[in-house]
Amino acid sequence: MYELRFDERKCLGCQTCDCLTKCQYMDIDVETAKTEMRKIINGEDSFVLRQCVTCYACEEYCKKGNHPFYLIVERQEELDIPPLPRPLIKQGVQMGIPWRGDLEVQHVQEPFLDMCMFPQLAGSIQGRLFDGLSIAPTDTRQRAHFFCQLMYLHYARSSVIRERLPQIIENIAKHNVEEVVCFHDECYGTFASYAPAFGIEVPFKPVHFFEYLYNRLVDLKNDIKPLNLKVAYQRPCSSRLSSDKLHFVDDIFELIGVESVEREYVGEHALCCGGAIRMQKYEGRYELADDVQKRNIEDMVQAGTQFCVFNCPACYDTLGHLTARSGINPIFMGDLCRLAVG
Amino acid sequence: MDSICQSLAEIVGESHVSNRPEELYVYSRDLGTAEPHLPQYVVSPRTTEEVQQVVKLANREKIPVVPLGGGLTLAGLVMPLKGGIVLDMKRMDSILEVNERARYVLVEAGVSQGKLVAYLDRHHPNLVHSEPGAPGQATVAGNVAIHGQGDLAQPYGFNSDMVNGLEVVLPTGEVCRIGSCSLGQQWFTQHPLPDLGLFLGWCGTTGIITKVSLRLFPRKRIRDMGVFVLEDGDLVPDILYRISHTEMAGDLIAWSQELPVTVSGLHNISIFISGDSEEEMELKRKLIRVGILGEYIRSGTGGLIGLSANVRPRLPRRPPVSTIQDIKKGGGFEYVGAIMPVDTYPECCRRGADISARHDIAYTLLGRVIGRSHAMMFSWSYVFNRADEDSVREAREALYESDDLALELGGIPWKPGVYGQRAVMERMDPNTLSLMKKVKELLDPNGIMNPGNWEVS
Repeated sequence: MYELRFDERKCLGCQTCDCLTKCQYMDIDVETAKTEMRKIINGEDSFVLRQCVTCYACEEYCKKGNHPFYLIVERQEELDIPPLPRPLIKQGVQMGIPWRGDLEVQHVQEPFLDMCMFPQLAGSIQGRLFDGLSIAPTDTRQRAHFFCQLMYLHYARSSVIRERLPQIIENIAKHNVEEVVCFHDECYGTFASYAPAFGIEVPFKPVHFFEYLYNRLVDLKNDIKPLNLKVAYQRPCSSRLSSDKLHFVDDIFELIGVESVEREYVGEHALCCGGAIRMQKYEGRYELADDVQKRNIEDMVQAGTQFCVFNCPACYDTLGHLTARSGINPIFMGDLCRLAVG
Repeated sequence: MDSICQSLAEIVGESHVSNRPEELYVYSRDLGTAEPHLPQYVVSPRTTEEVQQVVKLANREKIPVVPLGGGLTLAGLVMPLKGGIVLDMKRMDSILEVNERARYVLVEAGVSQGKLVAYLDRHHPNLVHSEPGAPGQATVAGNVAIHGQGDLAQPYGFNSDMVNGLEVVLPTGEVCRIGSCSLGQQWFTQHPLPDLGLFLGWCGTTGIITKVSLRLFPRKRIRDMGVFVLEDGDLVPDILYRISHTEMAGDLIAWSQELPVTVSGLHNISIFISGDSEEEMELKRKLIRVGILGEYIRSGTGGLIGLSANVRPRLPRRPPVSTIQDIKKGGGFEYVGAIMPVDTYPECCRRGADISARHDIAYTLLGRVIGRSHAMMFSWSYVFNRADEDSVREAREALYESDDLALELGGIPWKPGVYGQRAVMERMDPNTLSLMKKVKELLDPNGIMNPGNWEVS
């Protein structure tokens, strides 16, 4: 029913093929990129479909907004070339099935924060920074009713996203809110990027969590005590779907008096956390995950980072203990902002 | 207080004997599905001498005696099927000796697993024992008495294989020491003395264990675990065999559950490793992950979570085999565990899922490898609502079917209740049965020890 709105003419007419030539994990020249993209567009097998580590970055690299990553995932599924072993795919797909009761629509008011699969982190949503904010779900048993599903892009299961997402959107819409603040970058990417790319209607306006935080910090500007810390931002894969919101990271840092360290793996060159790479079935992926994580953290250490700032709970789970081991404190952006306003 | 109660009070002290209905009620029940049976007295001795005197009294008065440790077998093994005296051993809870060099601990029968763990953590951090998945209040002696297994089962075998010696009170009241301790030496071995294996696996029907010496093992500084996920249960035995061949793994547990939904329809192998350095850990990880699991991962038939220096291990304090219950309201839980050939894992799972489905219980299946794949303890677990008679009945019937299934597939029900004991004895070699009967009659001429269990007709 929902199909990817992909314009092959934009792809075939592209002279730079940034989607593949800029890839951090494949060394591809322009001619090879054009050849392989043509294969992918035609539904043929390509080494790209296997070497892709599902970091989402090509969605950002594509200057034409033509969704090369979504196309890659479609083809992986169509040609049955998933990056993960099948049992992990099954486990992941089953994780999103609600089994602890029907949806319970809570009485909420705006501003409304959608916690997606992470109600267990609702304890961080407190204090003046979050005054007046309604949250759902707050019960972990309800989380599958709010799960944005986007992680199945790592599983070559875009079909599962398309199948379930309309219901998830309907579940949120039942709360009668016009704007939904998305706790997780991935949720924002789902509603603001994936859904439109597949023609799935979203009846509310998604608000990036960092945009919300920034606006609240502006409201509380007079109460901010500068933190005077050196920080590094761990950019999650899903941030590639909302690069227009990335500036809020630096905007927030400026407001709360932290210095974003100068390092190699920032912005367009950011490295993913490696969590998805480690689960993949291809030879060498474990070692690649180790390497990506090592480079990322060494980069932070060499830049004198004191805190590594996270948006994504999966990145936090994957890298947090490693940064801590290297003497860098892991912290969520919301918690960092709370430190600044008390 | 009747005259027997009075006599018991003179042995153990008035505050350690009871025939009050509210206390008898507590001791009449087991956490599983077995029907309750009231004792006539509950006695809590503190010393071996008190145990002797109680036993002699019981012989004189022809009253049954049922020794009780933690009472967590869930199979009704320590319920007084024919009334009598429940002998609660938990006051005998001293840790008498830890010999670091010979790596053993000597404990009284009432010492709990939790107490031993805490004691070793604090006083002997280089040593561990093989800790079973039961809650911490289960006793060390009770566990070896039922041939329990712990988280060191894969490298070192059954917990009963780790016994260096026993002190027992015979049903006629004498005290015996089994092993090197019988020579007045350290409690460091049972070999090379004549085999007197008369007290383990007998459910207390041949005597009362009052002390046990248990082997301890090196505690490693670093622990890690991974979970290998499969769809095809038929692959599990071969993978277990190959991992155990490496001699790199500690605990190895294959499991499959219907709930939570995330894991439904999958088979998981939890692989625990430990070491004293990152180099040692990395070697073990690679030998298992690359050497054994790699081909399954590359073919897409298996996926690995964890078992990497860079993945934060989701380690429980120790492997929590028993934390899977509590899915149904009502909190009832019982399982049939059986000692099975590892090759039977797929069939155990298939048939176990059938049994569960027929009794409307979500299937919960698990196999813990014992030795180098020499065997496994396979469990079919059933949760039920204690307040719902139908739910209890369904679970009980499922348990009986599982006992039968274990035997049909060539295994032996582990710590079976009366139903399972009878099923085992029906299939047992008649000469072996006859020997059991002779042993029992020799040791317990008055038939006072936990009657109703392992009774050869």
